Amino acid sequence: MSSSLAVQPELEEIAQDGASADSRGLLLPEPGSTGWFGQVQAEGWRDFNALPAPGRTDEKWRFASVKALDLSLYNRARPVAGVDREELIGRSCGLAESAGRMIFANDRLLTREIQALAKKGVIWEPIEKAAVEHEEIFRKHFMTQEVVLGSKKFAALHKAMVKSGVFLYVPRGVEIELPLEVFHWLHGDNASTFPHTLLVAEEMSKVTLVDYFESADSEAPGFACGVNDLFLGPGANLTYVSVQNWSRNALSIQINSTVVSRDASALSMNLNLGSAFARAENVSRLAGAGGRSDMLAVSVATGGQEFDQRTLQDHQQPDTTSDLLYKNALSDKARTIFSGLIRVEPDAHRTDAYQKVRNLLLSDEAEANSMPGLEILADQVRCSHGATSGQIDEEEFFYLLSRGIPPMVARQLVVSGFLNEVVERLSCRPIREKLRELIETKSAPA
Amino acid sequence: METQNATLDIDRSIGDFAYPEVHVRDAGVGLGRHTINYISDVKDDPDWVRDFRLKALDVFESKPLPTHWASKDLEAIHFDKIRYYLSPGTETKRNWDDVPDDIKKTFERLGIPENERKFLAGVEAQFDSEAVYSNIKKAVGDQGVIFVGSTDGLKKHPEIFRKWFGKVIPTGDNKFSALNSAVFSGGSFIYVPPGVKVKHPLQAYFRINAENFGQFERTLIIVDEGAELTYMEGCTAPKFTTATLHSAVVELVAMKGAKIQYITVQNWSSNVFNLVTKRGLAHEEAEIKWIDCNIGSRLTMKYPGVVMKGRKARGEVLSIALAGDGQHQDTGAKMIHAADETTSNIISKSISIGKGRATYRGLVHVPKHLKNCKNNTECDALLINGQSRTDTYPTITVRGAGNAVQHEASVSQVSAEQIFYMQQRGLTEAQAMSLSVNGFVNDLVRQFPMEYSVELKRLIDLEMEGSVG
Repeated sequence: MSSSLAVQPELEEIAQDGASADSRGLLLPEPGSTGWFGQVQAEGWRDFNALPAPGRTDEKWRFASVKALDLSLYNRARPVAGVDREELIGRSCGLAESAGRMIFANDRLLTREIQALAKKGVIWEPIEKAAVEHEEIFRKHFMTQEVVLGSKKFAALHKAMVKSGVFLYVPRGVEIELPLEVFHWLHGDNASTFPHTLLVAEEMSKVTLVDYFESADSEAPGFACGVNDLFLGPGANLTYVSVQNWSRNALSIQINSTVVSRDASALSMNLNLGSAFARAENVSRLAGAGGRSDMLAVSVATGGQEFDQRTLQDHQQPDTTSDLLYKNALSDKARTIFSGLIRVEPDAHRTDAYQKVRNLLLSDEAEANSMPGLEILADQVRCSHGATSGQIDEEEFFYLLSRGIPPMVARQLVVSGFLNEVVERLSCRPIREKLRELIETKSAPA
Repeated sequence: METQNATLDIDRSIGDFAYPEVHVRDAGVGLGRHTINYISDVKDDPDWVRDFRLKALDVFESKPLPTHWASKDLEAIHFDKIRYYLSPGTETKRNWDDVPDDIKKTFERLGIPENERKFLAGVEAQFDSEAVYSNIKKAVGDQGVIFVGSTDGLKKHPEIFRKWFGKVIPTGDNKFSALNSAVFSGGSFIYVPPGVKVKHPLQAYFRINAENFGQFERTLIIVDEGAELTYMEGCTAPKFTTATLHSAVVELVAMKGAKIQYITVQNWSSNVFNLVTKRGLAHEEAEIKWIDCNIGSRLTMKYPGVVMKGRKARGEVLSIALAGDGQHQDTGAKMIHAADETTSNIISKSISIGKGRATYRGLVHVPKHLKNCKNNTECDALLINGQSRTDTYPTITVRGAGNAVQHEASVSQVSAEQIFYMQQRGLTEAQAMSLSVNGFVNDLVRQFPMEYSVELKRLIDLEMEGSVG
């Protein structure tokens, strides 16, 4: 932590919010909060109850173990205080240098730090504060993106339950060099969390944001249901990285969307490590000519983990580019599902879209499902997709053995090499190193 | 290319004519147990077939339309307004001269007897619900090859027929296979004895002549150990103003080391719903190859499949789809790997013209504990106009570390530059367009039997003439 950071602990005002300190079942309505936000939450609660749960024949949930979606097991999370709080802050290790940090535990802000960015007009606030102090800009963007990949019901639940999260606003022309970091901790057995990230990057601004999702106890059952909406103004440049490392017994649903305006460029990278069942929906809407979206993901699936990833590259305007690269390494009895769609709308001529998913199967019990899709309604389009599933190349492996490298190490080298191709696409070196380290820890032989 | 707002109509003039109906047997309009009983009575079905049909009807009625993934256009089919069985009430003729005159004229206009003389080992011609003509060259018949209609097959060869009928495609496979199982009539039954390699193709020709009619042929082909067969089917219908339904089930069984090549050129008129289930079962070292060309119909949903049940079995699907104005070609392939060292290959090329829509839908499944299975899938789509549409929806499941699967798809246009270049060398725009499209499908068309590749190229030429202007 550099000394230039102004630390503003905000524990008192939020964590004393005793209304939800009890551990009643999750699926009981919340005592109504007031104001426009309260209305939004009530609406979310109504929608959640009205919408059907995903079923076995639901195309948007094809291959997914929908039985994992039983929410009756989970409770509202209790605020984290005292020793636990100090411990989680101490365990929140991200990059050596960052422009700002927020640490949340069980949807309450523990600490907030920010470099001297406020005078440039940057807003870096927890959402409950932003909803009041920056109501206009916040309301304009909060939960406005249609959920199209299957998790409408869970988005409604998130809307009803969300307590905190990050609001980041970067004004026109402001470039933030160092990444901003957010930690979301889940603490306690069967606890639930609803992390929210709302980022608005105005015209010609530049910013990098990293979300870390972690559980205090890496074995504790829990439920995470997050929403993350990123808005890029004309010419803006955004790098978004998420590290999903919830407990090995958690159920996680993450609903992400990115809206890319004219000449803007977004790059998102999701690293999937934790959870028993993790569903991630990523939508990129290319809403302005010249826009570009790079969608990257790396999943290291081990044990009985199931990673269910659904994506949409929605080309709404001409001359837009998208490039998706998802790589999965599967061991043990792990399962992965990838369902991706490139949709080129009728007027989105001269679209350039690419989509590639590669599965590396490292055991006989692993299962990879791929559904790469294309829907092209425009002209002068260059689109292609590829999906491969295979095992470690015998020759590569033999070469390493012949150089005296033990089989276990050789195997890990090949796996790292396979996954690092995605990580290399990030321009920020400290983030690359951080991700590589996390991947290696997870994929190391037990 | 946006300037080409050409309306494209496929040249169906060769099939677009109709003769007055002279049906003696008519199951009436709509579907119920009485329809099934009528068909069973007329065909003098054995009891097990009647039971099979009635059970299938229940399955059909219990299944919803698959509109949660398929085109909503399916809702335009009015099952209660379709006629399910029509036949002239005469026996299938072995001699061309015995075929009733007007039906004979129909097939003569389509060139059937001519083709038979030229290059076929046997021909069957189906008119609405029943085969009107079926003939196999003596030399082929003498080798023990059986080539008859499905009704004859189930009555005269029950020991082979019953063993495989409904085994590759069970009644409940999908709503339309259930419908076919309930009301099937016509289609071919072929058995090729061990070691017999049928040199020339057998061909079936399907013709719908009556309006509001549903054709439900059922084909079962069994090729015994080490034997080989090529089968071709063609289909046409006149252009009626109301929708017509064609819903076939085709089951292939390739025993150890057998080879089957099944070729379809589908050129239904653009009011036909063509909803067909086709699947082959390949035993050890057997090979099944589907060559599937879809040019006609309003909506085609057809995904030929191969279940590779024996070690080293091989499956292949080569598919060409051409979707013009008002057409939706929803085609693809299914490859189910169920044994070690099985390999499959899917190559699909589609062309969308005008407001046409071409969809590729594929399934590749490699279950647990299999070793050295390989699949290769390539889908290429060509869009001709700004209003055309193309979709690709593959599904690939791979379990276990011993297998390799790869899928690739691309979408491209005929570029204005290409066309300009060719025009500048003296070709007309239509010629240039035709050359580009033929170039796109050429490597696939080359794998077709000669007669088909020539015909296909001619069809594409004709189409391009209409599309530029």
